[in-house]
Amino acid sequence: MSRRLQGRAVVPGRAEGVALVCRQPLSLWGGFNPRTGEIVDRRHEQSGQVATGRVLVLPRTKGSSTGSACLLESIRSGTAPAAIITAEVDAIVALGSIVADELYGRCVPAVALDAEAFASLRDGDVIAVAPDGTVTIGEPPC
Amino acid sequence: MSSDIAMTVRLSQRDEEMLAGRHGAGARLAMSVVARMADACGADELMDITAAHIDGCGLLSDAGLEFAETLAAGGARARVPTTLNMGPLDLQHWRDWSIDEAFAAKAIRQGKAYADMGCVPTWTCAPYQGYLTPRFGQQIAWGESNAVVYANSVLGARTNRYGDYMDICAAVTGRVPRLGLHLDENRRGQVLVRLRGFGSGDFDRETFYPALGHLLGPLAGEKVPVIEGLPPVVSDDRLKALGAAAASSGSVALFHAVGLTPEAPTLQAALHGRAAERTVDVAPADLAAAWADLSTAGEDDDLDAVLLGCPHFSFAEFRELAEHIARAGGKARADVIVISSTQSWALAQRAGFDRVLAEFGARVTLDTCMFHTPMLGGEVRTVMTNSGKCAYYAPGELNRKVAFGSLADCVRSAMLGRVRREEQP
Repeated sequence: MSRRLQGRAVVPGRAEGVALVCRQPLSLWGGFNPRTGEIVDRRHEQSGQVATGRVLVLPRTKGSSTGSACLLESIRSGTAPAAIITAEVDAIVALGSIVADELYGRCVPAVALDAEAFASLRDGDVIAVAPDGTVTIGEPPC
Repeated sequence: MSSDIAMTVRLSQRDEEMLAGRHGAGARLAMSVVARMADACGADELMDITAAHIDGCGLLSDAGLEFAETLAAGGARARVPTTLNMGPLDLQHWRDWSIDEAFAAKAIRQGKAYADMGCVPTWTCAPYQGYLTPRFGQQIAWGESNAVVYANSVLGARTNRYGDYMDICAAVTGRVPRLGLHLDENRRGQVLVRLRGFGSGDFDRETFYPALGHLLGPLAGEKVPVIEGLPPVVSDDRLKALGAAAASSGSVALFHAVGLTPEAPTLQAALHGRAAERTVDVAPADLAAAWADLSTAGEDDDLDAVLLGCPHFSFAEFRELAEHIARAGGKARADVIVISSTQSWALAQRAGFDRVLAEFGARVTLDTCMFHTPMLGGEVRTVMTNSGKCAYYAPGELNRKVAFGSLADCVRSAMLGRVRREEQP
């Protein structure tokens, strides 16, 4: 049984992956290593987790304005999340992804959900995002 | 790519020309990013900015270098006065540090690309203490989180927290999406933070300000905080430390301090005559917790290096450091690294502080910072800093243990080679 949520396609695209859910905001510079895809903010709940290929569920980014550069570099080097779902439109995420699209013709799809829909996502959910901003949650793998 | 994408933002005739490539490939790329960001963030139209500060020149990454060189090769030029944040390299003295030649070569290429685009080579993360300081009310496009919060809060200039590469696109096009902190209504204070139970002795303590900033980040969330209860005179450097910490632990891009910052002559003015959405009282115990949270190293731990100048040391901070050194009278056992801009350092040299620092054993490096250039040897396990921002990022980004303390305690601890803090919250 799957369920669907309607979000706003901030950077439209199609992707699928296993959710890595953060309840706390994260700085993508200083909190995320674009060479390894690891969350390296040692104060963060998901410190040590690798976001590569996951659907990164993040209320919003915080901290450094270099976050967009780290997202761009991770897209270039193949360590980026498959998609990023936020609880509000996040300009740092949108920017890193849009510049990657302009420069390399590939991006990380970004979707913004409302607070209630965002809160319903769970770590390990199998999530697909569609270009119209639809988020589909499938059964987690056994 | 952009030609495939239907945009909803209203563009001016000149915007359209840029997007069509009539001002060159670089301007086309920059305008495409600005217009797509306007769509992504829900802006109806673009607006003019009259100055920019570039953060995208700081991190050295292959993608960042390719982006800068693509723009520059496409003939992109900054249309407004544009300063540069620190870069990945001390451009004049990098050979004094154990910097990899290949890294240096790429960093020099990146710097050249931004210079070719007509940017002013300020190379500092404290552009508000140097050249081309913005005016009150000026619409600007700044990157670098600490510079953004300072420009909005202390100067009363207007910028959003622009991410890397949006800053240079805004400089090249002279345009940004019309939204956020550029507009009056979004500068209203929303969360009231009342300082309760503090005495004047607390406000005199240097670490009060970065600790308050560290606390403020998560407290404010995405809202504009109003601080009530600070004294009417607080130095630029202390407000800089407060803002830098708040923009690290959180996303603060604008704060008001009643009776202190220019858009907050009164609480009513800061709240635009409305009620606060939320009120939070901060007591000395909260400050003490924030102070403690900024350290991962403990009292009496062996200390390998002291890191100062995050954000870049000002002239006044060099003077304070020289005074602490003179008072302490001795030499450092730990490494002492001070980062600054060529502008502040030139003044410090003219005042003779360079000799005091050299005798103490402090090394000064310009144009860059410890987070962007490899500066620390492998033997360095524990660092100490008076910066809330540096303390926040050091464990993850430098992979070192960190102790947070006042400048005087940094000097004292450097001499002992051990963490020793007399200034406690």
